[in-house]
Amino acid sequence: MNSIIQFATQLIRGQAAAPADVYKFHGGVHPDGHKLESTAHPIAKLAIPEKLVLPLRQHVGYIPKIKVSVGEHVLKGQMLAEAEGTLSAAIHAPTSGTIAAISEEVIPHPSGLPDMCITLTPDGKDAWATLTPIDWRNTDKKELVASLRASGIVGLGGATFPTHIKVRADGRSHVHTLVINAAECEPYITCDDMLMRERADEIIKGMEIVKFLLGADHCIVGIEDNKPEATLSMTEACKALANTSVKVVPTLYPSGDARRLIHLVLGIEIPHDKRSTDVGVQVFNVATVLAIYRYFAFGEPAVNRIVTMTGSVNKPQNFEVLFGTPLQNLIDAAGGAKADTTHFIMGGPMMGFDLPTIEVPITKAANCIIAATPDLFAPPPPAMPCIRCARCADACPVNLQPQELYWFSKSDNFEKARDYNLFDCIECGCCSYVCPSDIPLVQYYRYAKSEIIAVDKAKEAADLARERNEFRLARIEREKLERAQKHAERAAAGKAENVKPDSAAPEESSAEAAKPAAAPVADDAKKAAIAAAVERAKALKAAAAQAGDAGKQTKETAAESRKPVDDEQAKKDKQALIAAAIERAKAQKLAAAQAGTTPKNVDNVSPSVQAEISEIEAIREKAKQLADTKDAD
Amino acid sequence: MNRSPYITDAPTVSVIMLKVLLALVPGIFAYTWIYGGGILVTISIATITALVSEAALLKIRQRPIRPYLSDLSAVVTAWLLALALPPLAPWWLVVVGTFFAIVIAKQLYGGLGYNPFNPAMVGYAVLLISFPIIMTKWPAPLILAQTKLGFMEQLQFIFGHTLPGGVKMDAVTSATPLDYLKTQLMLKHEVSSITEAPIFGAFGAKGGEFVTAAYLLGGLYLLQQRIISWHLPTAFLGTLAAMSLVFYTVNPAHFANPLFHLMSGASMLCAFFIITDPISGPTTPRGKLYFAAGVAVLTYLIRVYGGYPDGVAFAVLLMNMCVPLIDAHTQPRVFGHTKN
Repeated sequence: MNSIIQFATQLIRGQAAAPADVYKFHGGVHPDGHKLESTAHPIAKLAIPEKLVLPLRQHVGYIPKIKVSVGEHVLKGQMLAEAEGTLSAAIHAPTSGTIAAISEEVIPHPSGLPDMCITLTPDGKDAWATLTPIDWRNTDKKELVASLRASGIVGLGGATFPTHIKVRADGRSHVHTLVINAAECEPYITCDDMLMRERADEIIKGMEIVKFLLGADHCIVGIEDNKPEATLSMTEACKALANTSVKVVPTLYPSGDARRLIHLVLGIEIPHDKRSTDVGVQVFNVATVLAIYRYFAFGEPAVNRIVTMTGSVNKPQNFEVLFGTPLQNLIDAAGGAKADTTHFIMGGPMMGFDLPTIEVPITKAANCIIAATPDLFAPPPPAMPCIRCARCADACPVNLQPQELYWFSKSDNFEKARDYNLFDCIECGCCSYVCPSDIPLVQYYRYAKSEIIAVDKAKEAADLARERNEFRLARIEREKLERAQKHAERAAAGKAENVKPDSAAPEESSAEAAKPAAAPVADDAKKAAIAAAVERAKALKAAAAQAGDAGKQTKETAAESRKPVDDEQAKKDKQALIAAAIERAKAQKLAAAQAGTTPKNVDNVSPSVQAEISEIEAIREKAKQLADTKDAD
Repeated sequence: MNRSPYITDAPTVSVIMLKVLLALVPGIFAYTWIYGGGILVTISIATITALVSEAALLKIRQRPIRPYLSDLSAVVTAWLLALALPPLAPWWLVVVGTFFAIVIAKQLYGGLGYNPFNPAMVGYAVLLISFPIIMTKWPAPLILAQTKLGFMEQLQFIFGHTLPGGVKMDAVTSATPLDYLKTQLMLKHEVSSITEAPIFGAFGAKGGEFVTAAYLLGGLYLLQQRIISWHLPTAFLGTLAAMSLVFYTVNPAHFANPLFHLMSGASMLCAFFIITDPISGPTTPRGKLYFAAGVAVLTYLIRVYGGYPDGVAFAVLLMNMCVPLIDAHTQPRVFGHTKN
């Protein structure tokens, strides 16, 4: 049904059919490219500035640990901060010089808040530290991954995910295809385009390394059809690598989104709860691949990147910029900003953000800086009410219903928003782009997502506290019950000793109880009495299990159980309750074990329980390791 | 502040509404040609009433007046209602209907974007129930009328309800084909003989079918401009045609042919201008198909078996009620999800 609808829609809209070997995704938009402005000149190398400010937080994950101190002289490429934990990336000196400060500075983040940075005063010599190229063909893969961890390389497409995590084998799935993301679908950004035009050979060599690291058989480069020069040079260069091809995809934002690109070039739709590696695909940005090549071939860590400086500047161009370079130097190199420039945008106009001030450094995430003017990016008119025109739904590349999500987010109906797959939203901005009412839809989704995450976290903490408490209560109860049981057993044994062998356990008169009557030995009689008591308890337990929840009065009964009870009926009832309580405690213990709560007091429990606890702990340890591997992916 | 995306290419709400009004122009032109200039007066009265009552309600509700008046949604409602009313409807009828549409059906529900029912159809239904005789008295097209009223005479009729001396009411009115067909069928006549009456044209009503064709033209413009999606008109007209074809095939003596149904009454106005109101309609592609098909089925049933000559208004209102249900059950498959 849906395919018929889609086909008819295409037919009526007269859309050009996509090339036969490219799969289409739903929706997408065609914003003006504005790419020609910054591709007129080749990539220029920006001079070493008078100071470099290197934020510690330039990537996704934990901040790295500082390895240098103020006043220390460092060489270019020397590690300044070391990756800490799995998900982290190192930071290196972009040039030689002296550490001037380790302090809080404003970083390029929408919040405009300061964060820890290392300030380096270059000495102008640009002297490299001793670099050690790696013979990757003859090195163990694990070693290669470990050394990549020290390279400081992160995803340069803008996501800044530490690269060493993406190349290491997770032991769960085999990556058969490497997809190189060269779509660069955001308007204005041309850094990947220029890189491919000028350094395709190096990119190919990087692809070879990544392919080797992943153990991938195939490699596909996805390029939008608005980059013919880059396509040409990449196609030419790809001939050098086996099973590697360039796939030209139609220009349609957001084709550069990893899941969209994988679908475009391979036709694989990654399930929403899976990663691309689960289906055997890994995606790398072209610039990242090139950085990997530079690292292995020359030992150069990540010290610079290509940045597009465009918009309202006199000479828009791409520059090779050292990390930490003040934005002002980049603007000056591009001929200065024009008079009507109001502010600067980092990233593209679809997903970028306003820089809080011009006093920010260029970081690993800075693929593009746009000088904004009211002419280029008119301030949005006041939002009108949603008229449910569903243009947003037509444009959504994930095929969500943005108008419903907006409604739910606006009314704080977060559960409904989650039901309508809010978390599948990639915040690409297509919905806002086409909204006739100019509603800032993405902001509403971000708000709803952050609210839901906050609520989830609070709930998780509360659940954990409750589980701990329940486990504690269960343990107290279990100990009581164990004492009560021992007491009961002792009482039963004492009784058996007292009764005459021929009239053993007359109240039960079971076959088992009759047996020891034949053996007049007192010891045997005791054993038999215990057996009879256990048997009775078992029968009662079965009865209690059938009766269902008999545990309401357990607490009082358990407390009473220490008193000697003469009445047989009361004893029976009590034992039934004890049995039920034991069952319940076991179930709770199991639940707690599954939830991963650590039992605190394990000294005063029976050996069997201790064994059980250690077993659970072993399972938990294993689960934790698994989770770690998953996190790191 | 992060307010991406910084760029947009969408037409504003005002532009969308303006294009809907533009698309109505061919229909109004044909209407004027067939029934005389009185419709222009009716449209003007409706427009003024709509704007005044919208402004008053916005003021009372303490909402900004300028942006909401300039979105033109009130004007679209006014025009659609005016075109649905009989030509030469008395001025107060137009005022009451428009007032009801804007004040009760739209503003009291929260204004633009919040009305669950199509305002124009609410206004129409209120008038149809309250003033059935006036609402079903259609003047004959000029080509058929025994006495042709001039523009001034029409004006006089609209405001004073008086005809020029010597002219009887019957001389300027006639039954609509849908109405005539229904009453004649009750008198056990056959469709083929009924449609030989002079009020029938090649497909629908003599003269009226030109107006209908002009609406179709405007509707195609809206499709081409992507103001409306193809789902709604296609499903509506398709279902209406299919349904009448089935009945017609079973008993052609008692049921009119599909073309008659497509070209009569408010079919085309409904297909391209009424059910395409996004606010009171469904949003999912599949939902639009179900919604439009539902309107078509109800329209046909009311036309053939109901007490009113045309069933569009009630069909639309009934289906408006089903919209939340339709939307909830026609959610398209999200990328990376398996269940529909």
